[in-house]
Amino acid sequence: MSAVKTDIIEVHICTGTAGVASGAFEVMDAFNEVFKSKNVPAIVKERECKVKKTGCRGLCERDVLVDIYLPGEEVATYEHVTPDKVQTIVDEHIGGGEPVKKWAAKKSYYDFYKLQKRYVLKDCGVVDPEDIDDYIQLGGYEAITKVVKEMSPEDVIEEVKKANLRGRGGGGFPSGLKWTFCRKSPGNHKYLVCNADEGDPGAFMDRSIIEGNPHDVIEGMLIAAYAIGCNEGYIYLRAEYPLAIARVKKALKVAEERGYLGDNILGTEFSFKLHLKEGAGAFVCGEETALLASIEGERGMPRPRPPFPAVKGLWQKPTNVNNVETYANLPMIIKNGSEWYSNIGTEKSKGTKIFALSGKVKSTGLVEVPMGITVRELIYDVGGGIPKKRKFKAVQMGGPSGGCLPEDLLDTPIDYDSLIAAGAMMGSGGVVVMDETNCMVNIAKFFLTFTQRESCGKCIPCRVGTKTMLDILERISEGNGREGDIELLESLAEDIRVSSLCGLGQTAPNPVLTTIRYFRDEYEAHIYDQKCPARECSELIEFVVKDERCKKCGICKKVCPVDAITWEKGQVAYIDKETCVKCRECIVNCPFNAID
Amino acid sequence: MAENAVAEEIDLSKIDKICEKYKGKKGSTIPVLQAVQEEYGYLSKEMLERMGDVLNVSPHELYGVLTFYAQFYTSPRGKYVIRVCRGTACHVKGSGRISEVVKEEFGIGNGETTDDYGFTLEEVSCIGACGMAPVIMVNDKTHGNLTPEKSREIFREYAKKLKEEE
Ligand SMILES: Cc1cc2nc3c(=O)[nH]c(=O)nc-3n(C[C@H](O)[C@H](O)[C@H](O)COP(=O)(O)O)c2cc1C
Ligand code: SF4
Ligand code: SF4
Ligand code: FES
Ligand code: FES
Repeated sequence: MSAVKTDIIEVHICTGTAGVASGAFEVMDAFNEVFKSKNVPAIVKERECKVKKTGCRGLCERDVLVDIYLPGEEVATYEHVTPDKVQTIVDEHIGGGEPVKKWAAKKSYYDFYKLQKRYVLKDCGVVDPEDIDDYIQLGGYEAITKVVKEMSPEDVIEEVKKANLRGRGGGGFPSGLKWTFCRKSPGNHKYLVCNADEGDPGAFMDRSIIEGNPHDVIEGMLIAAYAIGCNEGYIYLRAEYPLAIARVKKALKVAEERGYLGDNILGTEFSFKLHLKEGAGAFVCGEETALLASIEGERGMPRPRPPFPAVKGLWQKPTNVNNVETYANLPMIIKNGSEWYSNIGTEKSKGTKIFALSGKVKSTGLVEVPMGITVRELIYDVGGGIPKKRKFKAVQMGGPSGGCLPEDLLDTPIDYDSLIAAGAMMGSGGVVVMDETNCMVNIAKFFLTFTQRESCGKCIPCRVGTKTMLDILERISEGNGREGDIELLESLAEDIRVSSLCGLGQTAPNPVLTTIRYFRDEYEAHIYDQKCPARECSELIEFVVKDERCKKCGICKKVCPVDAITWEKGQVAYIDKETCVKCRECIVNCPFNAID
Repeated sequence: MAENAVAEEIDLSKIDKICEKYKGKKGSTIPVLQAVQEEYGYLSKEMLERMGDVLNVSPHELYGVLTFYAQFYTSPRGKYVIRVCRGTACHVKGSGRISEVVKEEFGIGNGETTDDYGFTLEEVSCIGACGMAPVIMVNDKTHGNLTPEKSREIFREYAKKLKEEE
């Protein structure tokens, strides 16, 4: 992260969701206390010591993360900081000029950022999300100032078209074109909506942006509102994100006080009122027409399109819906120009995309990479590869609507079109890496359980069809699969795809279809041999220690919660089947894969 | 039994004031339900009827909306609500076992509450802290990087706390 130019001493503390959960506020109190107590070496040379809250920077597993900025020096980062480490850091590093090596961020921390291109997230983790002046000092609200003072709405749309910005909410629809539809729709009351429902379970980039840099999203929305001609807007935010809600509320209030929102923005004719709407826990509300129904206070059921929201949206008025990350791209496009922007990425997919990298990779977290890098680079170079010396098996991209890619497709470049061709999709950017211990039938079952539960029930194929598919997957994973089940899944999938109203139903079968496409043998092993090769489906595991593979280490005995394992030094372990509850702890923890 | 006892003691008069604030405003159904639930912790039939009176809408309409969304509850919940994340990142890192530990410790499954209203289990999808998977939340506190055994210790701590508070 960039160095700070000031000559004061700054301590930046991550107060994102994971930071707070790991004790960021306690760490912050500790710094403040040490600084307050007089005669601390920290007040060196009469310099001011400032403790600053920052947002998520993506490597949440290492929270609480703390950056120390000393005048004229490169920023130094500490990982896993706890309050008891603070006095030492202040004494030795800030006071004595000697970083405390044992707690300093390791090489893997810097590797994590090396291949990234942090443009949208540039100030996430640097700016104080609750301080508008900090945002302004970093160049915030310059873009909207330029827009309202120097550009016509048409100029702005033209610029966004030239930048070739495509929606980051999943579909990849060209934003400039969408705006044109809405701008051309007759009517003088138009709405602008920010989709911050972030339903994909395992993606958290929207949370991170909103929580870490809320004014960036507000500014992006202002630019779009000006270009389209919207005078009122909503941010529809998931209720599961309490911290993000609090920060948006605060940001909306000050932005209005400062004249960036409300009537006659920056002294011009342009007016825009912006409200926050909290979701109430329904995945389907991420679908734009359902989202609009929910804002209107109804059951969040998708509505047929056409009419598209651009023609008849919220309360029948023309409405433009974009995703959080889409809006967050706008200020930099305006500031740096479309030419600069379209140099990043590939021919058809411009700019960067933020991914939530999770599962079996060494560094899990939020990463922003230029479009066009390969899946392999994302997993191995940015994420550091697979931990515990295990073998890569598959990567699931695109969440519940997406698909799994196997090893031989790892060199697929990440752009909207190549991913679709390979059977996955960009989606909102969830990337789940799986190793040899993850069962493909199980992961398909997991996603389908999710979509089945979240189906709004309006379309019978979506409601009943997914349930039938789930029942089949369940019997396969319990060893009761029948001949013909795979084909049955495939034909049900096709029915659901073609006859569902919204994207939830249309894409729900994808995780099943791609796992069948690339891992058919694993399905067959479950059905015909009653075996789960990954040893994840507990009904199909024998829970026997194999003499020839057991290295007699005794780890399994320690982790078994019900004491079902007997082991003595130098002896092969033994599992008592009567006591065993099939929790799989021993399997997961045995370093030698010795339990079948 | 217990539910009736709870319902009888409740003073519903605060509903009027809350509802007045939202009355006649467009799109206010979900916010007003959220506000009343925030006050009482859940939404009973009696509450919906009273809301309907003030807002001039049918309680059925309110009921229809509330049943659609996962974040509305129709019965009282435990003092400690345990949210086990069942999102993808947490799933891949074994969150299924953590729900089982809740079951082992408190005897409750997803959506259930202990008889003494001490604990409620709620399985949720992604709470946005995937970097620390598997993750749970107990009321507003997030606990991450769990193992089944670590989670068991945490649950026992809360159980102890609950006893002390009584
Ligand atoms: C079931 C379903 C869930 C969706 N969830 C989200 C979501 O959580 N966030 C989002 O931005 N878009 C989501 N979308 C896509 C939206 O309908 C819409 O296309 C998007 O918000 C448009 O914004 P964009 O053009 O900026 O991508 C979802 C779509 C479907 C069918
Ligand atoms: S496809 Fe499923 S979620 Fe979408 S409208 Fe139909 S029933 Fe509802
Ligand atoms: S953990 Fe594996 S190798 Fe070690 S004693 Fe148990 S079965 Fe044997
Ligand atoms: S919340 Fe701290 S790095 Fe993500
Ligand atoms: S998947 Fe559990 S916090 Fe995101």
